[in-house]
Amino acid sequence: MTHPVPAITVKGLTMAYGSYVLQRDLDFAINRGDIFVIMGGSGCGKSTLLRHMVGLKQPASGSISYGDADFWTLAEDDRATIIRRAGVLYQSGALWSSMTLAENVALPLQHYTDLRPEVIAELVSFKLSLVGLAGFEAFYPAELSGGMRKRAALARAIALDPDFLFFDEPSAGLDPISARNLDQLILELRESLGATVIIVTHELASIYAIATNSVFLDSETRTMLATGDPKILLRECADPTVLNFLTRGTGQREVRTV
Amino acid sequence: MHMEPRRNPNSMDRPPAFTLQRPLPGELTIVLSGAWTLHAHPPPPADLLAALDKTVRCLRFTCDALETWDTRLLVFLKTILETAEQRHIDVDRTGLPPGVLRLLTLSEAVPEQVTYSQPDREFLVTRIGRQVLTLVGQACELATFTGEILLALLHLLTGKKPFKPRDFLYFIQNCGVGSLPIVSLIAVLVGVILSFVGAVQLQMFGAQIYVANLVGLGMVLEMGALMSGVIIAGRIGASYAAQLGTMQVNEEIDALRTMGISPVGFLVLPRILALMLMLPLLCVYADIMGILGGSLIGVTMLDLSLVEYLEQTRKTIQLSQFGQGIMKASIFGILIGFAGCLRGMQCGRSALAVGEATTSAVVTSIVLIVVSDSFITYLLYR
Repeated sequence: MTHPVPAITVKGLTMAYGSYVLQRDLDFAINRGDIFVIMGGSGCGKSTLLRHMVGLKQPASGSISYGDADFWTLAEDDRATIIRRAGVLYQSGALWSSMTLAENVALPLQHYTDLRPEVIAELVSFKLSLVGLAGFEAFYPAELSGGMRKRAALARAIALDPDFLFFDEPSAGLDPISARNLDQLILELRESLGATVIIVTHELASIYAIATNSVFLDSETRTMLATGDPKILLRECADPTVLNFLTRGTGQREVRTV
Repeated sequence: MHMEPRRNPNSMDRPPAFTLQRPLPGELTIVLSGAWTLHAHPPPPADLLAALDKTVRCLRFTCDALETWDTRLLVFLKTILETAEQRHIDVDRTGLPPGVLRLLTLSEAVPEQVTYSQPDREFLVTRIGRQVLTLVGQACELATFTGEILLALLHLLTGKKPFKPRDFLYFIQNCGVGSLPIVSLIAVLVGVILSFVGAVQLQMFGAQIYVANLVGLGMVLEMGALMSGVIIAGRIGASYAAQLGTMQVNEEIDALRTMGISPVGFLVLPRILALMLMLPLLCVYADIMGILGGSLIGVTMLDLSLVEYLEQTRKTIQLSQFGQGIMKASIFGILIGFAGCLRGMQCGRSALAVGEATTSAVVTSIVLIVVSDSFITYLLYR
């Protein structure tokens, strides 16, 4: 491959709430098939960056491009077309609480396809079985544990076989084993769906286990300090803040296997 | 005035105290003694702070007589240390217990952040400007919301399906059938009240049969629509605001947006339509119930026969007057749905915000109902 167009390019992005600037001058590219991690300390704007990328919040300045298309300059309908190719897993799962799991996963399918109900039901069961929730079709989100809810939300996010998968803190509130299983699931889905994965996280274990590319946001300087494969950053990055984060404050440049 | 110290589990401890010693010129030693706990009442640091004047160059502590301590002591020391720093006095902390030292170091590890907060006092002009900007913002939100609803309605009329029919039926059942018991109760009682009030006056002229006119017209023109409107505002408008608000908190509305599904079409439109359709029906039901309530009084207290009463009611009320009440109810339905859903969609991401959205939905609905009712009545009778 010679010079592939990055799947997502962020240029000079500034994010702000009113006059309060959260992050400025963000520049990075996400390649097709990357598992891209947005990392940084609490409150530095990781989740906000994700909200900008999935079209929930407009940038104060700068651009986010999907392929060649500058997302925020597009008409609303074109934006919707792009976002239809993305699946989002929210921090809290955000399953629609008034619907069963099957209805949750089925809704995007009903909305965007003309499939017959039986076919949709089959697809839904299959998606739920992919995340290990076969047989839970008739359950409501409130009847599930936190980890199961996350996985159900993942099933909904992959309902339309998206090209882009966004995860907001996927392992937040999960025990280490569940978190690791979710990581494994993300890896497998990436392999089989060929999707580009963008993850907001500060879990170092996840970062080293799955990331192929990353950006580091800093809350003090309010900008990004580094971008690249976190394993390479760990070896080569000179910035003390990044190194401090990647080594959990120990300064030891070695990947700790979990 | 001396206050009795509060009894506490460590009542054996001596009360917290400090004394000042000046072993050398320019040096001040604070001798701490007693139990410095949250239950105790230490002496105010004012004397001590006053003693930290220009003559003092070095400050020391002696804690030999200190018995127990907790955050109370730390806060006390913090005040002294900050003052000492402001007045450029050297502090020798070695006399403090090691635990106190560690905690003080910990609290000083991260310097106080400059956070963004509103200045305490603003110019009047700034405040007015801010208010105006907020108002303009709210007006824009209102316009956008209305526009989105109309767009979703357009989608519906052009044959697309912005929401699930099953949801719509559920809302219809919930606000229609589900409201029948409470509407029955209230409407019957309103009929009874109207009839009572009228009966007292009309009996003086021997014109008690006209109670039927009063109750019939009162219910059909005003009370049926108004009462069912107010009940539905409390019962349904509030629940809509709470439902949408909670969905906002749970990111469920964001999830719809990123699926490319319009939350207004999917969530708001079926709710408003259900209210628009059901409130007129409830209004008719309330009218009938109110008239029955009135007849109850007519028959039991005014010696009228039921047939007589109903015949008088029939002669009084015209179909167009029924229509007037129904039209009002329909408008109230739209307003309640609109207010409830708008407040829900505007809801912030906290439990407090959901509560506020719910309250605000009910208040807005009732204000809108009464104001629009007077407006419509004025238009019809001018």
